[in-house]
Amino acid sequence: MEKSEHLDLYQQMVVIRILEERAAELYQQGKIGGFLHLYIGQEAVSTGLISARKPQDRVITAYRDHGVAINCGLSANGVMAELMGKATGVSGGKGGSMHMADVNKNFWGGHAIVGAHLPIAAGLALGDVYQKQDGVTICMFGDGATNIGYFHEALNLSKVWNLPVLWVCENNQYGMGTAVERASAVSDIQQKAIGYGMKNSEVDGMDIMKVREKALGMIEEIRSGSGPQFLEVITYRFMGHSMGDPERYRHRDEIRKWQENDPIGIYHKYLVENKIASEEDLNKQDQRANKIVEEAVQFAESSPEPAADELYKNIFFEDVRS
Amino acid sequence: MATLTMRQAISQALWEEMERDPQVFILGEEVGVWGGSYAVTKGFYDHFGAERVMDTPISEAAIIGAAIGAALTGTRPVAELMTINFAFSAMDHIVNEAAKMHYMFNGQMVLPLVIRTVGGGGRQLGATHSQTPDAIFAHFPGLKVVSPGTPADAKGLLKAAIRSNDPVLFIEHATLYQVRGEVPDGDYIVPIGKSTIQRPGEHVTIVTYSKMLELSLKAAELLAKDGIQAEIVDLRTLRPLDMEPVIESFKKTNRAVIVEEGWKSYGVGSEITARIYEEAFDYVDAPIKRVAQKEVPLPYNSTLEQMALPQIADIIQAVKEVM
Repeated sequence: MEKSEHLDLYQQMVVIRILEERAAELYQQGKIGGFLHLYIGQEAVSTGLISARKPQDRVITAYRDHGVAINCGLSANGVMAELMGKATGVSGGKGGSMHMADVNKNFWGGHAIVGAHLPIAAGLALGDVYQKQDGVTICMFGDGATNIGYFHEALNLSKVWNLPVLWVCENNQYGMGTAVERASAVSDIQQKAIGYGMKNSEVDGMDIMKVREKALGMIEEIRSGSGPQFLEVITYRFMGHSMGDPERYRHRDEIRKWQENDPIGIYHKYLVENKIASEEDLNKQDQRANKIVEEAVQFAESSPEPAADELYKNIFFEDVRS
Repeated sequence: MATLTMRQAISQALWEEMERDPQVFILGEEVGVWGGSYAVTKGFYDHFGAERVMDTPISEAAIIGAAIGAALTGTRPVAELMTINFAFSAMDHIVNEAAKMHYMFNGQMVLPLVIRTVGGGGRQLGATHSQTPDAIFAHFPGLKVVSPGTPADAKGLLKAAIRSNDPVLFIEHATLYQVRGEVPDGDYIVPIGKSTIQRPGEHVTIVTYSKMLELSLKAAELLAKDGIQAEIVDLRTLRPLDMEPVIESFKKTNRAVIVEEGWKSYGVGSEITARIYEEAFDYVDAPIKRVAQKEVPLPYNSTLEQMALPQIADIIQAVKEVM
C-alpha cells in the first residue's frame, strides 16, 4: 500500500468519527430528526472492508450506514444534507439517516428493517452472475440480524446458487440493548455459516489492517468462484444504539475497556510505529477531516428544503399518480 | 386471434417476453423441473434452461428479496409465489422494500420486477390457502397491483407488467386457468392502470375484477331477462386505480354494485364506494351495495365454502336492491 492510500483511509475514518460527533450535536439541536444510529467505534470495519473492494463490487448495509456511505465515496456534504432532510441529500431528503444510497458508487443502501437486505444482497449477486459480471456483493449486517429468518433464507439461497456474496456480520456485541449471548443460540456467530456449508472466518474489527487483509483475501476467493463466504467482525459501538439510548444494559467500564482499543488510535499508532506516516502527516489529515465535516455542516444548513412538488415524485418510475 | 385458456395466455405472454428480452428470467418454487404448480411454466425449463428458469428453495422472503436485488442490477425477474397466501411470508420484501425503494432513494433505484401469484377460493383448500387479500397489497403506494379477468387481459397485462420499470404484483385466479377466450396474437399489450367496460348497459353499474367478472357477466345475462341492463366495469388494475370508466358509467346509471371475492371490511368495494360518493355524490339515486365474501376464515367443507363465497344470486339480489 502506498502512503497516500494509508492517509486516505485514515482520513476516511476520522471524517466518519467527526461527522458522527457533529451529527449527534445537530440532533440535540433538533436539526436532524428521526432515528440516528452512530458508527463511532466501528470505523475500522467498514473502512477496511470497503478499501478491499473493486469498483464493480456492490455494497449493501443496514441502517447504521453513514460511515459505509462515506467509505463508498459519497460526499460528506451529501450525507450531512440527507441527515438534515435537505434536497441536496444523497436521497433527496426522502430517505434520512437509515436510507442513504448512491447506485453510481455501487452503494445500494441503507436498509432499515433488520435482516431484510440480506435476500436483496443475494439478488444483487444473482444479477451479476446472470449478466456474467465479476462483481462481488459485500453485505454488512449486525449480530442481531443473524437471529431473523431472512438471514437464514439468504445464506441458504446464496450457497444453493453459489452466489458471489461476502456476508459480513459486524458483531458489536448488542442487538439494540440485548447482548449477543442473550439473543443468539450460539454467540460465536460465524458458526451459523457452518450450517450452510459456508467458508467462514473471524477478524478483529478494531484493527483496519486486519479487516482489510482478511477482506482482500475473501473477496478474491469469491471472485474466483468459491461461492459465498462469511466473515464475523468483532467490534463495538462506543455510543448508544441510537440517540436517546438509556444504556442500562452495559457498564461504563466495559465501554471504557473497548475505548482503549479505539480503531482510529490503533491505526494512528500503526502508521507512526511503522514509519508510514508522521504525527505531523496525521495531524494534517485530522485538520482536513475537520474542514470536510465543517463544510458539510455549512453546506447542509444552507441547502434548500425539498420542493413541495417532490412529495409526489418517484412513487413509480412511470409518471403516474399512485 | 386464437382461443386460449387463461393458463395458455399467461404462459404465452411469459414465453414471448423471454424470447424477446434475454434479461427476463423466472424464479420461484417448482417453476422449473416441475413445470409450475399450476403448469403455467410447463416446458420453459427445457427450452430456456436452468439459468433462466430457476427453481428456488421454499423461501418466499428470499425469492422476493433476490428478485428485488436482481432487478436493481438491470435484469427483469418474474418471481412466482406459489399462492398469494404465501406472500405474507414475503410481505416485508413486497411492501417494505419493493414498494418503497424507488421513492425512498429518490428515484435512484429502479425495480423492473414482476411477482406472479395466484389467489382465490372455491377449491376446498381451507382457510390458509384460499384467500383474496388483494386489497392489502393495493394499500401501498409504490406497488402496482394487477388482476386480470379474461385471457386477453391476462396476456396483455402480463406483457405490460414485464416491460414496466416498477414492481408489479400480478394476481391470477386459481379457478380461472381453464377459462377460454379470444386472445390477440403476438405483441398484445394492455396498459396497467386502465379500467375497462366489459359489458355495456344503462340501468346499473357493476364494478368488479378477476374471478368476480365471470360471475358478474353471468348475473348480468340473467338480469337482462328481467329487463335490467347492467354495465360492467372491470378494474383489471387495483393500483394505480383508474376510476374514470367507473364514474362515467355511474353518472349514466346512478346506481352501483361492487363485487369482489375478498372480505367486505376495508376492501376493494369500500374503496370504490367511497370514491363514487366523493366524486359523483350528486348522481347517487340509491345507496351503493357491496357483494363480498362472508367475514369468516374460508371453511373446507364445500357447502360451507360456497356459502361464504359471493354467488351469482348475491349479485342479482344486490342489483335488485339498488334498482
